[in-house]
Amino acid sequence: MAKQFLKGNVAVVKGAILAGCRAYYGYPITPASEIAHAAAMYMPLTGGTFVQAESEIAAINMVYGAASAGERVMTASSGPGISLKQEGVSYCAGAELPCVIVDVVRGGPGLGNIAPEQSDYNQVVKGGGHGNYKCIVLAPNSVQEMCDFGMLAFDLADKYRNPVYVLTDGFIGQMMEPVEFPEPVEKIPEKSWAVKGTKETSDNLITSIELDPDDLERHNQKLQQKYAIIEEQEQRAEEYRTDDAEIILIGYGIISRIMQTAVDNLREEGVKVGMLRPITLFPFPKKSVTKLAKSAKFFLTVEMSNGQLIDDVRLTIEGNVPVYLYNRMGGNVPSIKEIHDEVMKLMRLS
Amino acid sequence: MNNILKKSASFYDVYERRPGADKLTTTYCPGCGHGVLHKLIAEALDDFGVREKTIFISPVGCSVFAYYYFHTGNVQVAHGRAPAAATGIKRAHPDSVVISYQGDGDLAAIGTAEIIHAANRGEGITVFFVNNAIYGMTGGQMAPTTLVGQKTMTSPRGRSVNNEGYPIRMSEVIATLKAPVFIERVMIGDTKSTMHARQTVRKALKLQIEKNAFSFIEVLSACPSNMKLTPSRSKQWVKEVLADYFPLGVKKDVSEEFEPKDISRLVVSNSELPDALNLETAKVDSEKIAPYREKKINEEIKVAGFGGQGVLSLGTVLSEMGMRHDYQVSWLPSYGPEMRGGTANCSVKISQKKIGSPLVANPTILIAMNRPSLDKFENDVISGGLIIYDNSLIDRKPVRDDVEIIAIPATKMADELGNTKAANMVIVGALIEYKDLMSQEVVLESLGDVLKRKNLVELNQKAILRGAEFINNLK
Repeated sequence: MAKQFLKGNVAVVKGAILAGCRAYYGYPITPASEIAHAAAMYMPLTGGTFVQAESEIAAINMVYGAASAGERVMTASSGPGISLKQEGVSYCAGAELPCVIVDVVRGGPGLGNIAPEQSDYNQVVKGGGHGNYKCIVLAPNSVQEMCDFGMLAFDLADKYRNPVYVLTDGFIGQMMEPVEFPEPVEKIPEKSWAVKGTKETSDNLITSIELDPDDLERHNQKLQQKYAIIEEQEQRAEEYRTDDAEIILIGYGIISRIMQTAVDNLREEGVKVGMLRPITLFPFPKKSVTKLAKSAKFFLTVEMSNGQLIDDVRLTIEGNVPVYLYNRMGGNVPSIKEIHDEVMKLMRLS
Repeated sequence: MNNILKKSASFYDVYERRPGADKLTTTYCPGCGHGVLHKLIAEALDDFGVREKTIFISPVGCSVFAYYYFHTGNVQVAHGRAPAAATGIKRAHPDSVVISYQGDGDLAAIGTAEIIHAANRGEGITVFFVNNAIYGMTGGQMAPTTLVGQKTMTSPRGRSVNNEGYPIRMSEVIATLKAPVFIERVMIGDTKSTMHARQTVRKALKLQIEKNAFSFIEVLSACPSNMKLTPSRSKQWVKEVLADYFPLGVKKDVSEEFEPKDISRLVVSNSELPDALNLETAKVDSEKIAPYREKKINEEIKVAGFGGQGVLSLGTVLSEMGMRHDYQVSWLPSYGPEMRGGTANCSVKISQKKIGSPLVANPTILIAMNRPSLDKFENDVISGGLIIYDNSLIDRKPVRDDVEIIAIPATKMADELGNTKAANMVIVGALIEYKDLMSQEVVLESLGDVLKRKNLVELNQKAILRGAEFINNLK
């Protein structure tokens, strides 16, 4: 098939524009800046708007405004910038505004460094800002998926009127791979609830304030019901060589690419190992994990963070099977050999 | 005469959104300026016939519930962020009338950045800034506009310039900017000043409707409840004390000469999208690449050298050419500050199989373009692998005896061709010739599509040919 060779950070913008996104508001930060570069290049050429905001906070509030107005709108950043955006994301979730946020995670905490990490898992997957909310989180592991999820994110955002994150890391953002472009969307869903400066929408109100505790509790319950439906319907995961697997490696994003090679190498040595890659982090693919936990001897969670993903694995497995952690931090990426050796070590122990 | 007594049609008849039994009056205290300013705005929207196209942004503060009253599109936003939200709204609907309505804590403290930059971009919105020198809703704390010596809950001994600095004159600050069109400070004090405020409100809105111009109207206003004054005394205070520090009047007005901005967006159909978004894909000449389909290719390549030697583009050219041979490929750079002036390296994988990790730890091929790169990566190369190094720049030979080694004076050869920067393509030519990775014909043909700088295509084609020739002379 005909393909174009491009960067993950560029692919996600092209995917978004193919999805009908015509507004980008953002602030530069390494290693996410190419997303802003591509949006600055292509938004105006495709009938959209691009604004380099004065701050991450302003950027997410511009997104809030554009989403209120019914536009398909996106922003992107990396860890420190996402921390700043959390206020606005909470407002978007509270007001049920669909929007897409790309987080190309770098090393933390604080200024950290610009090498890849996965340490934003908790602040992205668990809500992150104030209040009882969740965002849908997609975790691409290739440049093709950066493009595809750039599209899918908007469909999910509109379907559930909810913010959607594309959570990735410096490697997936910076790497180049061939991409096959999907067809552009024909028509964006009608948003009768939005405020558009028209007669029909002049009675519409976008807000997240509910003064009365009963009203606010009802609103919260409605949100929780929505999240329950999302958990039921939107779990996505990829299984690799899990059929007869006794050991399950679990990891997302760039880690899954490394694990895949590690699984192949271990299989050649006769180790019955398979891999589960969560594609959605919220909803967490509980169904797949629960199924695999029935036959697995143990799980090994591999992550570039201090044991954040592993919490969700353990909560799902509820102690039925041992769950171990292998992790690197600070921008170091586990090698194939490290994963291989960790599996061998755990096999001897178990 | 009936018209005068009638409530503005831009207000709801009954305030259904207001909780509690009272659906007819506002939540504002007697003597508060918000109610009067709301009325002036609503009547202007009526008179200009723009109620339906108006989007009113309620801030955080006492006017957080402006949406109880205004029968327009309503968006309630986070504290201080109204000008940012207004930017997103106005750009989505350039024909709408967008009102950013803010108090002094909202606009001049927590939202300082947002208002300055929305003003500086000249967003086509109208900002109403209600300055009553105090935080009303949160219970009488100090505002950035609280006067020196004024007692509040957080300046109980009076605002001290030593501790809190001076009150900020926002209209004057905004007036230093180039983009704003109309800036005036008015007050809701006596009847005369209120009638003048009415004219100013109308002028500002008209400028948005007709010219999409940014206006900033600061409205000095009373907060009797927090001032602990009667409504009439508090208005007196606004007139005599507040307006003394914050002088009334026009701070900037370029409305006469201001030309309406073109804010229309391109209309791009889906059929035009591939061009506009550059979705052009690579051509694969299946006939020419046929011989390579049979080959077992599984190369993990590390390319390393100084920043500026074209190390990263050497990698992208190899990868892109690999893609044109229907191989699976990936390219991963070392990125960030180390690219700028320091050493650079990238990982390239070319394979017939799906690529797992894009990171190359143990290369099958190392391309070293400077000594530090050879020093750093030589030992990582797998046994039986290949090291290609530029011996016009590297003053030592590799010590490994379990790998193939090609010493090529790539930089010197490129200099002979007239451009040092072509050294990377000399190596591309040598590598594909030596390993028979790809069709040289396809590579030369596609180079124009792959290279960004089209004026260098011919030079780089020559460099590739020179690299290949060098290998053939070795054989």
